[in-house]
Amino acid sequence: MASAEEVAKEAERRDIRMRWLLSAPALLVIFFAATGPLLIVLVYSFLTPGPYGDVRWQFSPEAWIAVFMERDIFDDTLSLAAAHVTIFWRSIKLAIITTIATLALGFPTAYFMATRSEKTRDLWLFLITIPFWTNLLIRTFAVLQIIRNEGLINTVLLKLGIISAPIQILFTDTAILVGMAYVYLPLMVLPIYASMEKLDFRLVEAGYDLYATRFQVLRRIIFPLVKPGVIAGSILVFIPALGAYVTPSVLGGGKNMMLSNLIELQFGQGRNWPLGSALSIAVMVIVMVALLAYVRNAGRSEVRHG
Amino acid sequence: MARSFAIKHQPGFTAIAATCFLVLYLPIVVLVVYAFNAATSTSEWGGFSLKWFQSASQNSQVIDATLRSFQIGAIAAILATIFATMAALATTRTAPYRGLTFKYAAINQPLMVPEIVTGVALLIFFSRIKIFTGYSGLGYLIAAHTAFCIPFAYLPIRARLENMDLTLERAAADLYATPWQTFRRITLPLLWPGILAGLMLAFVISLDDVVITEFVKSGGQDTLPTYMLGQIRRGVTPEINAISTVFLLLSVVIVTVFFFISRKRD
Repeated sequence: MASAEEVAKEAERRDIRMRWLLSAPALLVIFFAATGPLLIVLVYSFLTPGPYGDVRWQFSPEAWIAVFMERDIFDDTLSLAAAHVTIFWRSIKLAIITTIATLALGFPTAYFMATRSEKTRDLWLFLITIPFWTNLLIRTFAVLQIIRNEGLINTVLLKLGIISAPIQILFTDTAILVGMAYVYLPLMVLPIYASMEKLDFRLVEAGYDLYATRFQVLRRIIFPLVKPGVIAGSILVFIPALGAYVTPSVLGGGKNMMLSNLIELQFGQGRNWPLGSALSIAVMVIVMVALLAYVRNAGRSEVRHG
Repeated sequence: MARSFAIKHQPGFTAIAATCFLVLYLPIVVLVVYAFNAATSTSEWGGFSLKWFQSASQNSQVIDATLRSFQIGAIAAILATIFATMAALATTRTAPYRGLTFKYAAINQPLMVPEIVTGVALLIFFSRIKIFTGYSGLGYLIAAHTAFCIPFAYLPIRARLENMDLTLERAAADLYATPWQTFRRITLPLLWPGILAGLMLAFVISLDDVVITEFVKSGGQDTLPTYMLGQIRRGVTPEINAISTVFLLLSVVIVTVFFFISRKRD
């Protein structure tokens, strides 16, 4: 008897060894070209900047201080770095507003898609999937051509006589916001739709039978049931919006920097790799906090429905 | 009320949805229309013309960047799909074992980190290796693209595997097929649609990447998206519209094929 057990155990061990072997290439590539280098960023954030970029191998907390503080060049006193605080605040604010805007637009859209007949549903899904997989740079460029001074919006408004001079939208925070909401909208719609598709409309009917108003049904029945999709969509929009690089570079011009542009600057003209590293880690931390909140929330709602 | 009560109706939702679809497509349509504009300025319509497509197709920088994009995309997508298939086989259809959760987390990790952070990390890491080895070829870009393509290729393959039970494979083993024969003759053909979907996703993801490529590339290693970003920053010419239109067409074709492959499995 014991030997049969041993044979089974041995077979299981072999199976697990095989499974590690099979996953090794993927894990190694990701470790060397994605995860591992993040640890180097952490190390770099505690070093001294080199004169021509890169670093000198000498410990210094200066980069981390410089994330939020400014050292006076004459008397060495520290004060709040207004420029950095502004950029942090702008990035977080724009990412949150983008998330809210895409939710406000994406929720009704997902609802509309999920309430179509089985056949047409696929068509709507396809129509959302196309922009989802279309190059983000091209979509940002498309927005640029619409909102610039000679673009569609201004041309139409001028022709109609509503305005007498073009409205400057391009190179403002509004432009970044419009661009991000535009490019990330499919990221919000798809997960909400995935939840909405499984929604049991008999529950909605029961709500109406019990004299609920349309708004009550929406708030008390539909919304709680699709909440996991809403949270997933919000995370999927918030993370790339916070670290957005392409959209602010193209639509924000040089003046309206976001975190990514500030980081890029440290590795370019700024020649302050430790500060760039510290800022990158700071972005990571904000993302981690958002993800943790998501995991906790998702876990809780699963328990409730399970 | 004479009409029956529409339980699925919510006031204003259809209008918002219609606006969303319109707004999603309008800028793309305008972009495509202006690619056929004969005028040099992008602000007025000068009649229909294909001259921007012609000038783009004769621009050696565009040709180089396109070839480079395809080269990196093809190699990275194939490598990522092979690794993702192996990883998917190792992480599905099994009782939970030690390290399984770690594997999930590790494979999906590139999705959790903002691209700018990965870009910076790779810039630092690869610049060290460049100094060390003296090698500055396309290998770095291919490695970076392979890494962030793996989670995308993994998704459809894993989904497909989870819907396949082990009955057929067990039957093959009972009939004295070797593990390799079982894999080659049973698992692989059944898994094929998932692998194909993963391959296409990975290729599109690689082809679309701007941020990580922008940070990792050495001089003269522009891909099509980074070349376009440079041009857009310098000012808009209709040539970019023409390139975008071709690029869009390519994406639409790949997505359509992908859509129908992945729909069929249900």
